Amino acid sequence: MLPSVSRSTRLLSARLSASRPLAHFRTHMDPDSNRPVETTIRTKLTERFKPDFLEVHNESHMHAVPPGSESHFRVLVVSSQFAGLPLIQRHRLVNEALKEELSSCVHALAIQAKTPEQWGMDPTLGKSPPCMGGSKGDHTVEEKLKAGRE
Amino acid sequence: MNSLIRSTGRCLRSGAAACLLRTADGRVGAASARFLCSAADVQKDLGELVKKDKVVVFMKGTPAQPMCGFSNAVVQILRMHGVDQYSSYNVLEDQELREGVKVFSNWPTIPQVYFNGEFVGGCDILLQMHQNGDLVDELKKLGIRSALLDAEKESK
Repeated sequence: MLPSVSRSTRLLSARLSASRPLAHFRTHMDPDSNRPVETTIRTKLTERFKPDFLEVHNESHMHAVPPGSESHFRVLVVSSQFAGLPLIQRHRLVNEALKEELSSCVHALAIQAKTPEQWGMDPTLGKSPPCMGGSKGDHTVEEKLKAGRE
Repeated sequence: MNSLIRSTGRCLRSGAAACLLRTADGRVGAASARFLCSAADVQKDLGELVKKDKVVVFMKGTPAQPMCGFSNAVVQILRMHGVDQYSSYNVLEDQELREGVKVFSNWPTIPQVYFNGEFVGGCDILLQMHQNGDLVDELKKLGIRSALLDAEKESK
Protein backbone atom coordinates (compact mmCIF):
# COMPACT_ATOMS: atom_id res chain seq x y z
CA MET A 1 0.00 0.00 0.00
CA LEU A 2 1.32 3.50 -0.83
CA PRO A 3 2.57 5.46 2.21
CA SER A 4 0.06 8.26 1.64
CA VAL A 5 -2.86 5.84 1.40
CA SER A 6 -1.86 3.90 4.51
CA ARG A 7 -1.36 7.20 6.36
CA SER A 8 -4.78 8.47 5.38
CA THR A 9 -6.31 5.14 6.24
CA ARG A 10 -4.75 5.27 9.72
CA LEU A 11 -5.89 8.87 10.12
CA LEU A 12 -9.34 7.93 8.96
CA SER A 13 -9.52 4.93 11.31
CA ALA A 14 -8.35 7.09 14.21
CA ARG A 15 -10.90 9.74 13.43
CA LEU A 16 -13.67 7.17 13.07
CA SER A 17 -12.68 5.59 16.39
CA ALA A 18 -12.92 8.94 18.07
CA SER A 19 -16.35 9.67 16.67
CA ARG A 20 -17.88 6.23 16.90
CA PRO A 21 -17.13 4.28 20.10
CA LEU A 22 -17.41 0.80 18.59
CA ALA A 23 -15.53 1.70 15.41
CA HIS A 24 -12.27 0.19 16.63
CA PHE A 25 -13.85 -3.26 16.37
CA ARG A 26 -13.94 -2.66 12.62
CA THR A 27 -10.68 -2.62 10.75
CA HIS A 28 -10.14 -1.10 7.36
CA MET A 29 -10.04 -4.65 6.01
CA ASP A 30 -13.76 -5.10 6.88
CA PRO A 31 -15.57 -5.97 3.64
CA ASP A 32 -18.21 -3.31 4.45
CA SER A 33 -20.77 -5.56 2.86
CA ASN A 34 -23.58 -3.70 4.54
CA ARG A 35 -22.24 -0.32 3.37
CA PRO A 36 -21.67 -0.93 -0.33
CA VAL A 37 -22.29 2.62 -1.51
CA GLU A 38 -20.01 4.16 1.10
CA THR A 39 -17.31 1.66 0.17
CA THR A 40 -17.65 2.41 -3.52
CA ILE A 41 -17.48 6.15 -2.92
CA ARG A 42 -14.36 5.75 -0.84
CA THR A 43 -12.72 3.50 -3.42
CA LYS A 44 -13.53 5.74 -6.37
CA LEU A 45 -12.40 8.94 -4.68
CA THR A 46 -9.18 7.29 -3.55
CA GLU A 47 -8.41 6.00 -7.03
CA ARG A 48 -9.28 9.26 -8.75
CA PHE A 49 -7.67 11.81 -6.46
CA LYS A 50 -4.95 9.88 -4.59
CA PRO A 51 -5.94 11.99 -1.58
CA ASP A 52 -3.71 12.93 1.32
CA PHE A 53 -6.80 12.71 3.43
CA LEU A 54 -10.30 11.43 2.75
CA GLU A 55 -13.47 11.26 4.77
CA VAL A 56 -16.72 9.77 3.58
CA HIS A 57 -19.72 10.16 5.86
CA ASN A 58 -23.12 8.61 5.34
CA GLU A 59 -25.49 11.30 6.58
CA SER A 60 -28.68 9.53 5.56
CA HIS A 61 -29.69 9.16 9.22
CA MET A 62 -29.92 12.95 9.40
CA HIS A 63 -32.61 13.00 6.74
CA ALA A 64 -36.17 11.85 6.18
CA VAL A 65 -35.20 8.41 4.82
CA PRO A 66 -35.45 4.92 6.37
CA PRO A 67 -32.70 3.67 8.72
CA GLY A 68 -29.84 1.94 6.92
CA SER A 69 -30.22 4.11 3.81
CA GLU A 70 -27.19 5.18 1.82
CA SER A 71 -28.67 8.21 0.08
CA HIS A 72 -27.09 11.29 1.65
CA PHE A 73 -23.31 11.65 1.91
CA ARG A 74 -20.71 14.20 2.92
CA VAL A 75 -17.20 13.84 1.53
CA LEU A 76 -13.99 15.64 2.33
CA VAL A 77 -11.19 15.18 -0.20
CA VAL A 78 -7.75 16.63 0.41
CA SER A 79 -5.64 16.33 -2.70
CA SER A 80 -2.91 18.25 -4.45
CA GLN A 81 -4.82 17.61 -7.68
CA PHE A 82 -7.11 20.48 -6.70
CA ALA A 83 -4.29 23.02 -6.73
CA GLY A 84 -5.06 25.97 -8.97
CA LEU A 85 -8.63 24.87 -9.58
CA PRO A 86 -11.61 27.03 -8.61
CA LEU A 87 -14.17 25.46 -6.28
CA ILE A 88 -16.65 24.73 -9.02
CA GLN A 89 -14.06 22.82 -11.03
CA ARG A 90 -13.10 20.78 -7.99
CA HIS A 91 -16.70 19.92 -7.24
CA ARG A 92 -17.33 18.99 -10.88
CA LEU A 93 -14.39 16.58 -10.73
CA VAL A 94 -15.80 14.94 -7.61
CA ASN A 95 -19.26 14.76 -9.20
CA GLU A 96 -17.70 13.17 -12.28
CA ALA A 97 -15.90 10.55 -10.20
CA LEU A 98 -19.17 9.61 -8.52
CA LYS A 99 -21.36 10.02 -11.60
CA GLU A 100 -22.74 6.50 -11.41
CA GLU A 101 -23.70 6.74 -7.75
CA LEU A 102 -25.25 10.18 -8.21
CA SER A 103 -27.42 8.98 -11.06
CA SER A 104 -28.57 5.89 -9.17
CA CYS A 105 -28.78 5.80 -5.40
CA VAL A 106 -27.09 8.93 -4.01
CA HIS A 107 -29.54 11.78 -3.61
CA ALA A 108 -27.38 14.34 -1.83
CA LEU A 109 -23.63 14.86 -1.84
CA ALA A 110 -21.98 17.56 0.27
CA ILE A 111 -18.44 18.19 -0.91
CA GLN A 112 -15.35 19.77 0.59
CA ALA A 113 -12.41 19.69 -1.82
CA LYS A 114 -9.21 21.14 -0.43
CA THR A 115 -5.54 21.21 -1.28
CA PRO A 116 -3.19 19.92 1.42
CA GLU A 117 -2.16 23.50 2.20
CA GLN A 118 -5.77 24.62 2.63
CA TRP A 119 -6.50 21.61 4.83
CA GLY A 120 -3.45 22.42 6.93
CA MET A 121 -4.74 25.94 7.53
CA ASP A 122 -8.26 24.84 8.37
CA PRO A 123 -8.60 21.14 9.22
CA THR A 124 -12.33 21.16 9.96
CA LEU A 125 -15.06 19.01 8.50
CA GLY A 126 -18.08 21.02 7.42
CA LYS A 127 -21.43 20.39 9.00
CA SER A 128 -24.59 19.75 7.03
CA PRO A 129 -27.60 21.95 7.74
CA PRO A 130 -30.56 20.35 9.53
CA CYS A 131 -32.96 18.43 7.33
CA MET A 132 -36.24 20.09 6.50
CA GLY A 133 -37.96 16.88 5.56
CA GLY A 134 -37.96 17.37 1.80
CA SER A 135 -37.04 13.75 1.09
CA LYS A 136 -40.18 12.45 2.74
CA GLY A 137 -42.78 11.52 0.14
CA ASP A 138 -40.41 12.57 -2.65
CA HIS A 139 -40.75 9.88 -5.27
CA THR A 140 -37.36 10.71 -6.82
CA VAL A 141 -35.73 9.90 -3.47
CA GLU A 142 -37.84 6.75 -3.16
CA GLU A 143 -36.55 5.57 -6.53
CA LYS A 144 -32.99 6.23 -5.43
CA LEU A 145 -33.50 4.32 -2.19
CA LYS A 146 -34.88 1.43 -4.23
CA ALA A 147 -31.84 1.55 -6.52
CA GLY A 148 -29.60 1.47 -3.48
CA ARG A 149 -31.33 -1.59 -2.09
CA GLU A 150 -30.98 -3.57 -5.33
CA MET B 1 -41.70 34.88 -23.73
CA ASN B 2 -42.89 33.92 -27.22
CA SER B 3 -41.37 30.45 -26.99
CA LEU B 4 -43.17 29.86 -23.72
CA ILE B 5 -46.46 30.92 -25.25
CA ARG B 6 -45.81 28.63 -28.23
CA SER B 7 -44.96 25.73 -25.97
CA THR B 8 -48.05 26.48 -23.91
CA GLY B 9 -50.13 26.24 -27.08
CA ARG B 10 -48.54 22.87 -27.89
CA CYS B 11 -49.31 21.63 -24.40
CA LEU B 12 -52.96 22.58 -24.56
CA ARG B 13 -53.40 21.08 -28.01
CA SER B 14 -51.81 17.80 -26.95
CA GLY B 15 -53.96 17.67 -23.86
CA ALA B 16 -50.98 17.61 -21.55
CA ALA B 17 -51.03 19.39 -18.19
CA ALA B 18 -51.79 23.08 -18.53
CA CYS B 19 -48.83 25.39 -18.76
CA LEU B 20 -48.95 28.41 -16.53
CA LEU B 21 -47.99 31.67 -18.16
CA ARG B 22 -45.58 34.11 -16.69
CA THR B 23 -46.74 37.28 -15.04
CA ALA B 24 -46.63 40.49 -17.05
CA ASP B 25 -43.19 41.50 -15.86
CA GLY B 26 -41.81 38.20 -17.11
CA ARG B 27 -41.17 36.86 -13.63
CA VAL B 28 -42.44 33.47 -12.52
CA GLY B 29 -43.58 33.74 -8.92
CA ALA B 30 -41.70 31.67 -6.41
CA ALA B 31 -44.78 29.61 -5.57
CA SER B 32 -46.05 28.93 -9.11
CA ALA B 33 -45.41 25.77 -11.10
CA ARG B 34 -44.16 25.45 -14.67
CA PHE B 35 -45.22 22.49 -16.79
CA LEU B 36 -43.28 22.08 -19.99
CA CYS B 37 -43.87 19.54 -22.69
CA SER B 38 -40.51 18.42 -23.97
CA ALA B 39 -36.97 18.16 -22.69
CA ALA B 40 -35.76 20.46 -25.47
CA ASP B 41 -38.28 23.10 -24.41
CA VAL B 42 -37.04 22.86 -20.85
CA GLN B 43 -33.42 23.35 -21.89
CA LYS B 44 -34.31 26.32 -24.10
CA ASP B 45 -36.41 27.96 -21.43
CA LEU B 46 -33.76 27.36 -18.82
CA GLY B 47 -31.31 29.21 -21.03
CA GLU B 48 -33.64 32.19 -20.80
CA LEU B 49 -34.66 31.67 -17.16
CA VAL B 50 -31.15 31.82 -15.77
CA LYS B 51 -30.60 35.22 -17.38
CA LYS B 52 -33.89 36.74 -16.24
CA ASP B 53 -32.48 37.99 -12.98
CA LYS B 54 -29.10 38.79 -11.45
CA VAL B 55 -29.57 35.99 -8.93
CA VAL B 56 -31.50 32.86 -9.87
CA VAL B 57 -31.93 29.91 -7.54
CA PHE B 58 -33.33 26.45 -8.28
CA MET B 59 -34.32 24.98 -4.96
CA LYS B 60 -36.66 22.66 -3.09
CA GLY B 61 -39.50 24.67 -1.72
CA THR B 62 -39.59 28.45 -1.74
CA PRO B 63 -37.54 31.14 0.02
CA ALA B 64 -40.48 31.61 2.37
CA GLN B 65 -40.77 27.88 2.97
CA PRO B 66 -37.72 25.86 2.00
CA MET B 67 -38.23 22.08 1.93
CA CYS B 68 -34.61 21.05 2.23
CA GLY B 69 -31.79 22.00 4.60
CA PHE B 70 -29.32 22.66 1.78
CA SER B 71 -31.82 24.84 -0.10
CA ASN B 72 -32.60 26.65 3.14
CA ALA B 73 -28.89 27.30 3.68
CA VAL B 74 -28.70 29.07 0.30
CA VAL B 75 -31.72 31.21 1.17
CA GLN B 76 -30.27 32.11 4.57
CA ILE B 77 -26.85 32.99 3.16
CA LEU B 78 -28.38 35.25 0.53
CA ARG B 79 -30.58 36.81 3.20
CA MET B 80 -27.54 37.52 5.39
CA HIS B 81 -26.10 39.52 2.51
CA GLY B 82 -29.35 41.39 2.12
CA VAL B 83 -30.30 39.56 -1.08
CA ASP B 84 -34.03 38.95 -0.72
CA GLN B 85 -35.24 39.80 -4.21
CA TYR B 86 -34.31 37.11 -6.68
CA SER B 87 -35.92 34.56 -8.94
CA SER B 88 -36.39 31.20 -7.36
CA TYR B 89 -37.88 28.06 -8.85
CA ASN B 90 -39.29 25.21 -6.80
CA VAL B 91 -38.16 21.98 -8.45
CA LEU B 92 -40.49 19.93 -6.24
CA GLU B 93 -43.41 21.36 -8.19
CA ASP B 94 -42.08 20.46 -11.60
CA GLN B 95 -40.34 17.16 -12.25
CA GLU B 96 -39.28 18.18 -15.76
CA LEU B 97 -37.67 21.31 -14.40
CA ARG B 98 -36.00 19.29 -11.69
CA GLU B 99 -34.41 16.91 -14.18
CA GLY B 100 -33.91 19.57 -16.82
CA VAL B 101 -31.88 21.91 -14.64
CA LYS B 102 -29.52 19.08 -13.69
CA VAL B 103 -28.86 18.46 -17.39
CA PHE B 104 -28.64 22.17 -18.17
CA SER B 105 -26.12 22.88 -15.43
CA ASN B 106 -24.44 19.49 -15.71
CA TRP B 107 -24.82 19.35 -11.95
CA PRO B 108 -26.45 16.44 -10.15
CA THR B 109 -28.00 18.08 -7.10
CA ILE B 110 -30.33 20.83 -5.95
CA PRO B 111 -30.02 23.69 -4.90
CA GLN B 112 -28.34 25.44 -7.84
CA VAL B 113 -27.36 29.10 -7.89
CA TYR B 114 -26.86 31.33 -10.94
CA PHE B 115 -25.30 34.82 -10.95
CA ASN B 116 -25.90 36.84 -14.13
CA GLY B 117 -26.74 33.72 -16.06
CA GLU B 118 -23.61 31.90 -14.96
CA PHE B 119 -23.73 28.79 -12.82
CA VAL B 120 -22.05 29.40 -9.47
CA GLY B 121 -22.61 26.10 -7.72
CA GLY B 122 -24.66 24.57 -4.95
CA CYS B 123 -24.95 25.04 -1.21
CA ASP B 124 -21.35 24.01 -0.41
CA ILE B 125 -19.82 26.48 -2.84
CA LEU B 126 -22.08 29.35 -1.80
CA LEU B 127 -21.23 28.65 1.84
CA GLN B 128 -17.50 28.62 1.17
CA MET B 129 -17.77 31.80 -0.86
CA HIS B 130 -19.62 33.37 2.06
CA GLN B 131 -16.99 32.19 4.54
CA ASN B 132 -13.97 33.31 2.53
CA GLY B 133 -15.39 36.68 1.52
CA ASP B 134 -15.73 35.88 -2.18
CA LEU B 135 -19.51 36.22 -2.08
CA VAL B 136 -19.32 39.90 -1.15
CA ASP B 137 -17.07 40.45 -4.17
CA GLU B 138 -19.25 38.44 -6.53
CA LEU B 139 -22.37 40.30 -5.43
CA LYS B 140 -20.52 43.57 -6.00
CA LYS B 141 -19.87 42.50 -9.60
CA LEU B 142 -23.63 42.07 -9.95
CA GLY B 143 -24.14 45.59 -8.68
CA ILE B 144 -25.42 44.32 -5.35
CA ARG B 145 -23.93 45.73 -2.19
CA SER B 146 -23.79 43.07 0.49
CA ALA B 147 -25.57 43.97 3.70
CA LEU B 148 -22.59 42.56 5.57
CA LEU B 149 -20.50 45.50 4.41
CA ASP B 150 -22.92 47.88 6.07
CA ALA B 151 -23.01 45.75 9.19
CA GLU B 152 -19.21 45.86 9.26
CA LYS B 153 -19.24 49.61 8.84
CA GLU B 154 -21.65 50.07 11.72
CA SER B 155 -19.57 47.99 14.06
CA LYS B 156 -16.44 50.09 13.48
